[in-house]
Amino acid sequence: MSQTVLASPAIETNGGTLRLPVDAPLRLDSGATLAPLEIAYKTYGRLNADRSNAVLVCHALTGDQHAASVHPITGKPGWWNRVIGPGLPLDPDRYFIICTNVIGGCMGSTGPSSIDPVTGKPFGLTFPVITIADMVRAQAMLLDALGIETLFAAVGGSMGGMQVLQWAADYPHRLHSAVCIAAAARHSAQNIAFHEVGRQAIMADPDWRGGAYEAHGVRPEKGLAVARMAAHITYLSEAALQRKFGRELQRDGLSWGFDAPDFQVESYLRHQGASFVDRFDANSYLYITRALDYFDLAASHDGVLANAFRRARDVRFCVLSFSSDWLYSTGESRDIVRALNAAGCRASFVEIETDKGHDAIFLEEPVLHSALRGFFESQASRRGLA
Amino acid sequence: MSALREDFKEILRLVRPNTRVLDIGCGEGDLLELLTQEKGVDGQGLEISPSGVAACLAKGIAAVQGDGDRDLDHFPTQAFDYAILSKTLQQMREPRHVLIELMRIADRALVSVPNFGHWRMRWALLTKGRMPETKALPDPWWSTPNIHLCTLRDFTTLCAELGLRIEACAAVSPDQPARSIDPARPIENWRAETALFLLTRERPRPPAPERATTGDLFD
Repeated sequence: MSQTVLASPAIETNGGTLRLPVDAPLRLDSGATLAPLEIAYKTYGRLNADRSNAVLVCHALTGDQHAASVHPITGKPGWWNRVIGPGLPLDPDRYFIICTNVIGGCMGSTGPSSIDPVTGKPFGLTFPVITIADMVRAQAMLLDALGIETLFAAVGGSMGGMQVLQWAADYPHRLHSAVCIAAAARHSAQNIAFHEVGRQAIMADPDWRGGAYEAHGVRPEKGLAVARMAAHITYLSEAALQRKFGRELQRDGLSWGFDAPDFQVESYLRHQGASFVDRFDANSYLYITRALDYFDLAASHDGVLANAFRRARDVRFCVLSFSSDWLYSTGESRDIVRALNAAGCRASFVEIETDKGHDAIFLEEPVLHSALRGFFESQASRRGLA
Repeated sequence: MSALREDFKEILRLVRPNTRVLDIGCGEGDLLELLTQEKGVDGQGLEISPSGVAACLAKGIAAVQGDGDRDLDHFPTQAFDYAILSKTLQQMREPRHVLIELMRIADRALVSVPNFGHWRMRWALLTKGRMPETKALPDPWWSTPNIHLCTLRDFTTLCAELGLRIEACAAVSPDQPARSIDPARPIENWRAETALFLLTRERPRPPAPERATTGDLFD
């Protein structure tokens, strides 16, 4: 079930797809079950003898398991190759790093584009609605299959950070430390509103066909591209957009029309949208944004966020935010930290000064990387890792 | 900053090993690093500057970016054995509230305060008629972060008012080793440049379990 591909000469990568049989269903928050289940994942590095060096890296909305290896479709380097790699904060020489494609995704894990075993056709909208907790439950099943009882760390940014918080709430005894970057404990009205724009763009595309586009041999590429364009604006800060593009034009003078993009920022967004549709499935986008919108960790704990962390007092937390992130702002991270403190959990928190917005998770941010390095170093010595 | 070193030495002497310590205004985490290395404490810092917290994290010190005036309320009761407030009480907007919070969060508080009653302060004020600028308080009045300065007597009065017991007190100055003092003696209000207090609650107040006697705190 696994094949070895070298991401860079120094990293040993592995992974594949875990196939869980029909008699081991994933029970979903909605009440539905999912079986058989496939969970696609990549690993970097080696599990040590006492199985104490496993790190789960959780990806964001449109991410996937290729955190530190070349993406099979785009050919681009892994989305977190500034954090995972030799000499980097998550060094595969030291840690066994696991990254799974979330369920509902479209890179190998069971999702709306998977074949429904009952009908023999892609699920489409008959796929059950999933939640962040469901994603985490599936990850826990993968760890069971890999024989990993306790994670040295669960780490993630954005939706990945929400999965980390859910891990702390649901499986605190399986967690040594947790890193939550640029995330929130619940989706705000503004967050939901932006997602609704994206979903409506997809569903307004005539090629969406009520979600059954695959059966018709088409894809709602225009709608998905618009969804991506709108979302992409939320990942950048106004200052970063201004610095990168300002009012610079694509060519000399205005076109006095609408076909070609006049401004560089338009061209950039169109490119973002167009390249996104090559690697992402429209229905997955609907399902995963739904999962994010449903996320409210306090709501499932009597409305008190601290209650979610009461069992996680032995877990060491690191919460990080970016000063110019307006998607999941520092205020959201602060709420998480206060809840952790109130629950008696040990937490570190810093707001990283940057103008790069939410996207800073993936970019060159020396303070982010030194904070991660310091946190993992101290936790590794607490855990007794070589 | 060599004054801090003497301050640190005395704190290091007073903190018992393997305890839980909250350092409010922990800066770049130097004191917590020292306490972790020397006493094996389980430390947590609170620091207002992002660069300070980032430096803590890079050193492996747990620290939260936050404001001692606002964020102490979110810590649970008796979550720590010690709360340390090193030379920052006078920079707080609500020092009285902060002291109350310290004693709620921790069993003991280590608080150091620059003494505005020190003879150099009095002399400078008497002879020049201007706000004193000394080694301990070097900033001019218009840029000083110290908005709530007090004398040794002011501080002991507040402690009494809040029902806090002074278990130990030492005078610390930049270049001399700490000197154990009785803060109630008037002479100390003249000669202690900075005073470090070990505070607990007056005995009847907490319904908490019996604490160890003070004897082993000073070995």
